[in-house]
Amino acid sequence: MAFLSYLISGLGLGSVYAIIALGYSMVYGIAKMLNFAHGDIIMAGAFASFFAMTAAGMPLIAAAAIAMVLCTLLGVTIERLAYKPLRNASSLSVLITAIGVSYFLQNAAQLMFGSDTKIYPTVLNGSFSLFGGQLSVSYLSIVTILTCVVIMGALTLFINKTKTGKAMRACSEDKGAAVLMGINVNRIISITFAIGSGLAAVAAVLLCAAYPSVYPTLGSMPGIRAFTAAVFGGIGSIPGAFLGGLMLGVIETFAKAYISTQLSDAIVFAVLIIVLLIRPTGLLGKKVSVKV
Amino acid sequence: MDYKKLVKGGLAALMALSMTACGNSGSSEGSGSSTEGGAGAIKLGASGPITGNAAVYGLAVQHAAEIAIEEVNALGGTQIEMNFQDDQADGEKAVSAYNALMDWGMQISLGTVTSGSGQAVAPNYAQDNIFAITPSGSSTAIIYRDATNNTDPYGVMFQMCFTDPNQGTASADYLKAHSELGSKIGIIYRSDDNYSTGIYNTFKAEADKLGLTIVDTETFVDSDTDYSVQVKKLADAGADIVFLPIYYQPASQILVEANKQGYTPKFFGCDGMDGILTLENFDTSLAEGLYMLTPFSADAEDEKTANFVKKYTDKYGEVPNQFAADAYDCIYAIKQAIDNAGITSDMSTDDITAAMIKEFTSMTFDGITGLSMTWSESGEVSKAPKAVIIENGVYVGVE
Amino acid sequence: MKGLLNWLFGAKRRSRTISFMIVIVSYIVLSLMIASGSLSRLMISLLVPVCAYIVAALGLNLNVGISGELNLGQAGFMSIGAFTAVILSGIFSANGMNPVLILLICIIAGAVMASVIGWLISVPVLKLQGDYLAIVTLAFGQIIMSLVNNLYVGFDANGLHFAFVTNTLELAEGGKMLISGPMGATGVSTASTFTAGFILVLCALFVVYNLIDSRSGRAIMAARDNRIAAESVGISVSRTKTLAFVISSCLAGAAGALYALNYSSFVATKFEFNDSILLLVYVVLGGLSNMSGTIISTALLVILPEMLRFLQFYRMLIYAVVLIVIMLVSNNEWLKVKAEQLKKKLTGKRKGVQQS
Repeated sequence: MAFLSYLISGLGLGSVYAIIALGYSMVYGIAKMLNFAHGDIIMAGAFASFFAMTAAGMPLIAAAAIAMVLCTLLGVTIERLAYKPLRNASSLSVLITAIGVSYFLQNAAQLMFGSDTKIYPTVLNGSFSLFGGQLSVSYLSIVTILTCVVIMGALTLFINKTKTGKAMRACSEDKGAAVLMGINVNRIISITFAIGSGLAAVAAVLLCAAYPSVYPTLGSMPGIRAFTAAVFGGIGSIPGAFLGGLMLGVIETFAKAYISTQLSDAIVFAVLIIVLLIRPTGLLGKKVSVKV
Repeated sequence: MDYKKLVKGGLAALMALSMTACGNSGSSEGSGSSTEGGAGAIKLGASGPITGNAAVYGLAVQHAAEIAIEEVNALGGTQIEMNFQDDQADGEKAVSAYNALMDWGMQISLGTVTSGSGQAVAPNYAQDNIFAITPSGSSTAIIYRDATNNTDPYGVMFQMCFTDPNQGTASADYLKAHSELGSKIGIIYRSDDNYSTGIYNTFKAEADKLGLTIVDTETFVDSDTDYSVQVKKLADAGADIVFLPIYYQPASQILVEANKQGYTPKFFGCDGMDGILTLENFDTSLAEGLYMLTPFSADAEDEKTANFVKKYTDKYGEVPNQFAADAYDCIYAIKQAIDNAGITSDMSTDDITAAMIKEFTSMTFDGITGLSMTWSESGEVSKAPKAVIIENGVYVGVE
Repeated sequence: MKGLLNWLFGAKRRSRTISFMIVIVSYIVLSLMIASGSLSRLMISLLVPVCAYIVAALGLNLNVGISGELNLGQAGFMSIGAFTAVILSGIFSANGMNPVLILLICIIAGAVMASVIGWLISVPVLKLQGDYLAIVTLAFGQIIMSLVNNLYVGFDANGLHFAFVTNTLELAEGGKMLISGPMGATGVSTASTFTAGFILVLCALFVVYNLIDSRSGRAIMAARDNRIAAESVGISVSRTKTLAFVISSCLAGAAGALYALNYSSFVATKFEFNDSILLLVYVVLGGLSNMSGTIISTALLVILPEMLRFLQFYRMLIYAVVLIVIMLVSNNEWLKVKAEQLKKKLTGKRKGVQQS
């Protein structure tokens, strides 16, 4: 039974990673950049929903909606101001700028909200028992996992069925050809950032509901984990990010439960290395063959 | 390519400019935040994290020290001017901060806020022979060159807080003496943290010596957000008292998680636990029945504490924690030593340091973190740790 | 004389000469400033870490610029060099050895240790490409940090003792802990000096330029620019890339040793992901494959936050803004064109003068 209970909490954690990784992966697929500031958008979402609930007394859903709107705006603004001027620069220049943006957001949050931890309001407490009370499953884990599945399904539909989605795939395939086909690449990139940042807000609410502390550097570790998850699953691939996130969460939880809490970090990364050695482009990544 | 060179050249010129600008201002008025003192003020240096992850501790010390210095200066006697430098809780930055303070003309120091920084700069203080009393750097490596055997003290480094081993031993002794709290001890500590592992190691050693039963030990690291596994393992091991030698932020998460899992052991913490009641939006009912060893309680009713807590709360909108209280005491202890020894700002630092060490090793100090404190020659403070329990959202002293 | 100048500043050696000149002139100027007391203590205390970061950044530039592989774990190799140095220095200083000799041994040992581990790691790492390779270097960096953070090393009359995860060491009388897990290295006897740092930077430059100008160096760059074309002319791409990776970690290890012996205490988390990223920032800002750029940008960016101390808690915010602005400005198309025009005007004039 302990195994099942660890599995469920691992899946809960993994679902949060997966939602963040989806944002990472989409942005990477289309803008071809590692957006290291993605984790800090989560932090912004956490603060936004925190204040919406505590200061303005809003219910969870309204707070989440506000956080999504704010994060989307923030993401698009950052893209306009910091990344768009670098569209033709080397990918490393963009990477460094993203790091600058990340530092900026963390320090701005510290100045605005203080550096001490704030405790996120309790949302959705409670659990139900299975197997005659031997296994207790919290509603939150179930909601988190379901949300993640719904988001992943909706995204897949969006990418495959809508016109914008098709344009996105075209951009990620070949930007030059996309322009020739009359696709407004800048608009597509902005939309991608908007979706990625909106997802970050959802992830923020779920993350803080499960682990209720809010502080300025909140996003950096989930950010790195989600980046790892995205690569794990094959960066740029949406099902890959989903699978990578879930697996990372489960591996992390099992490593803590059955091997060592001290070395769980090292174990997670070691598994990542092994997986990449077997599948050099991640679990579901596409093999890119270079033409001569 | 050439264009980039131009930009870089411009940047270099700008830097050179700012360097000279800072050089000038550095020599005349100091480049950190200075709390002004009157004429002949003694120059007090301090460093701690005011940006980055650990900023909450550095800011607490800075704020409390500023309040204390304002009070001291308002008395009209000894005047103190403080320069507080950011070290981001990083040894390398702490050495830079120390040198910036020396450029400014530091005569006495509050040392560093965090242990890691303190370990890195302690030899510099010893070499330049500057007296320092750290409010919150609790590692023994701050005061001893040989932190393995706790011998060979630097001599100029003093502590206002308990050392980590001291707290670990005291906690084990307390649990031995109060076996009614629980007999199966579970522990969660932070394995990548100096403070937490420091207390854990001595607690473990003392517990083994006393024959206490530790049923399970779990750890976490700074980057962890999920404590469900650790809490579940303790619950499965049947621990009825959980020792948490960690700071209050992760502790609050562990309390929330335990509540979620319906696990209700007794919890026991050290001085890092102080502050848990003041966490914004924390459901303090979760901390009901939490024991901790702490020398400071913001609810204490003596006049000094009440005055300090009121001023701090009015000015910064939050209740001061252990770090702030220790810093407040540091300033008054320094003032007491200065007054007793008749130190003036025109004395050489060697004379000031000698006089300060002489005073600190001989005087008795009453502060808000303890009464009748004394210091040994190696710089360790001797004060009684108080055990408190949280009842109805306030600290209540227990035996 | 003219022959010498031509040799030094000819197309082939120009960048090499300029790099060496920057380092040597800075050393002389700074030494004079120290001697005349016109350099603040803060600046003096930054000299050794700046040298260490320059060496590590030069190595990283070899990796990222010359070899074209994004490495996000350079700080991990510094960590290996640093903790190797701490252990050796603990042993030797107990025997009362000359600090200069200790420093020399530690730097060499740190470099060798980091190279060996770099070589081991390069085997899996270089099987991958692009961002997959980057994430694996990040993973190794984190693993190294996590392992060192759980490492306990003590030294007593019976020799070295190691423990892992929990401190189970019981040292004999007079024994000393060299590395105590999360407490890090304590009581290190410092031995690094600015001169040593200066010499190490010169050595690093020498190594890097000789590699670039060698047959292997040209092979590395060929493999970077077009892997398939390089393979088709018989270059073993994995061998050349391994060479660049190992030399890069070797330099990081030497830098780590220099850094370690400059501080009496430091912790494993000093060398974490963010520090790898900072090194990368130095390299990118200085220009890929541009060694003198790396030296200048490293020096400036290490000093910048110290210079911003007067801003108090705004300083890291301003630092972030400066970083973003530099990237935006240095990649701005419009300004680029303007600068080219300006340059043409100036050089055009000069040519005119020469002709008349």
